[in-house]
Amino acid sequence: MTLGPDDVAYIAHLARLEIDPGDVPLYVRNLNEILELVERMGDAPCEGVQPMAHPLHAVQPLREDRVTEGDRREALQKIAPAIADGLYLVPRVIE
Amino acid sequence: MLDRTIAELGEALRRREVSSRELTAAALAAGADSTLNCYVTLCEEQALAQAESADARLAAGEAGPLTGIPLAHKDIFCTEGIRTTCGSRMLDNFVSPYDATVVRRLADAGCVTVGKTNMDEFAMGSSNETSYFGPVSNPWDEARVPGGSSGGSAAAVAARLVPAATGTDTGGSIRQPAALCGISGLKPTYGRVSRYGMIAFASSLDQAGPLARSAEDCAILLGAMAGHDPRDSTCIERPVPDYRSALGQPLAGLTLGLPREYFGDGLDAAVGDAVHAAIDVLSAAGASVREISLPRQDLSIPAYYVVAPAECSSNLSRFDGVRYGHRCENPRDLEDLYKRSRGEGFGAEVKRRIMIGTYVLSAGYYDAYYLQAQKVRQLISDDFQQAFAQVDLIVGPTSPSVAFARGERTDDPVAMYLSDIYTNAVNLAGLPGISVPCGFAGGLPVGLQIVGNHFGEARLLNAAHQYQLATDWHRRAPERGAG
Repeated sequence: MTLGPDDVAYIAHLARLEIDPGDVPLYVRNLNEILELVERMGDAPCEGVQPMAHPLHAVQPLREDRVTEGDRREALQKIAPAIADGLYLVPRVIE
Repeated sequence: MLDRTIAELGEALRRREVSSRELTAAALAAGADSTLNCYVTLCEEQALAQAESADARLAAGEAGPLTGIPLAHKDIFCTEGIRTTCGSRMLDNFVSPYDATVVRRLADAGCVTVGKTNMDEFAMGSSNETSYFGPVSNPWDEARVPGGSSGGSAAAVAARLVPAATGTDTGGSIRQPAALCGISGLKPTYGRVSRYGMIAFASSLDQAGPLARSAEDCAILLGAMAGHDPRDSTCIERPVPDYRSALGQPLAGLTLGLPREYFGDGLDAAVGDAVHAAIDVLSAAGASVREISLPRQDLSIPAYYVVAPAECSSNLSRFDGVRYGHRCENPRDLEDLYKRSRGEGFGAEVKRRIMIGTYVLSAGYYDAYYLQAQKVRQLISDDFQQAFAQVDLIVGPTSPSVAFARGERTDDPVAMYLSDIYTNAVNLAGLPGISVPCGFAGGLPVGLQIVGNHFGEARLLNAAHQYQLATDWHRRAPERGAG
């Protein structure tokens, strides 16, 4: 299928990306070109093929459920854009 | 001095012909003087402190092969207390609170971190032109790209600014810039090196590796970088062989496979000639050569451009303007905060890939795109396994052309993606691959790619090393090298 300007605007919304309206036509063109490239694999015969879950067919290792990291709140919040009393600040969500 | 290999510099350091402080000061000065834009950050203070401590260990006779060697890290690796940008405005102000495992391991082995190298934004690109910090020039021709995404690392090593650098390879991002800059670059098996602290792009494909002047140097560096890390659940628990001691094997008895799909339309004729000449050298050194087929190779770029963007859209959702990174001014509400922070923080290529990934994972499209791509990925991997039942290593070109002109492909994402036509499949299958210099076409370096089976790094490095014993392409330096 081919994406139109409304589709691209909706995808940008889903991805929480602000796109300059002037840039939408270029994104429409680029995304359609990329999807055209991608669709070359659409006809590949894949009946009975298991989708790859891991290139080495390895399984996720498990470990004991215990705390292994120390408290680094101060160091981690030092790089936050806005904090107060150890909390991250965002615009008001609930009126 | 900086034009020597790690193997040679290690000797010189242990013989006390030069100090780590002198080497480090020279690398810092070369980095500061260079006009190639290889570095985003130079770490003068920390580097000189690390060098002094390396010199103390050298004086005490406690030095290993990497003690005192100056090294640059791709700016995708988190470095505690040092800005880590990933080539993005999003992380322009990000000072990492911890070290990546790769950074920690190389520091523990005695390496000195000279600086953080420029790269395509979030490693998405094949030319280093998507960096927020500007493009990197190829030291062989400054009007041309160094390749990408590890373009700053490759150009710095090629220009003799630093003996070696780290990189990451999701679809060719170590091998392709190594080829275009005329150096050696190794992408290890998926899971061989820890991804902890390496900013994630596509987690099922990303892998860290070295860029250096020789296969031997890559072997030394991989030995320090590789190994199990409980902090990366995809890092495989398997002993790390002594790669360097495996470099003396003769090639007699080794069978090399030439995939006919790597030598078809689209390959620049002069690049093909250089690669064929390299295969003749390997053959003269005792390897037997046979043609093989990787019949589903043409599906690798389509499958890659579903899997990689899908994983990127998920990984990059963490950049929300709340906990770290860029935050827009005066957000109206939470959604505005997310949208504008991300809209301002990410460049066009990153936005394209996030949107493609969001689309292919969205309800109603998942089966046709993502599930189909993961099936195709299995077919591509099966092709490699069938080939490895007949041959020990696969050889061919790394890139279909030599370094292209800056700006040539920036308006055409698909043309840019096709730069990685011989490298993408290797990532999809999780295999190790190396690019080594094998000649020139029109005065620009050509890379030979050697691909091995899973965990076959020792065999692959040995073949590359044997090739470098018989040739001197890896010794050629661009005229404007730092010397």
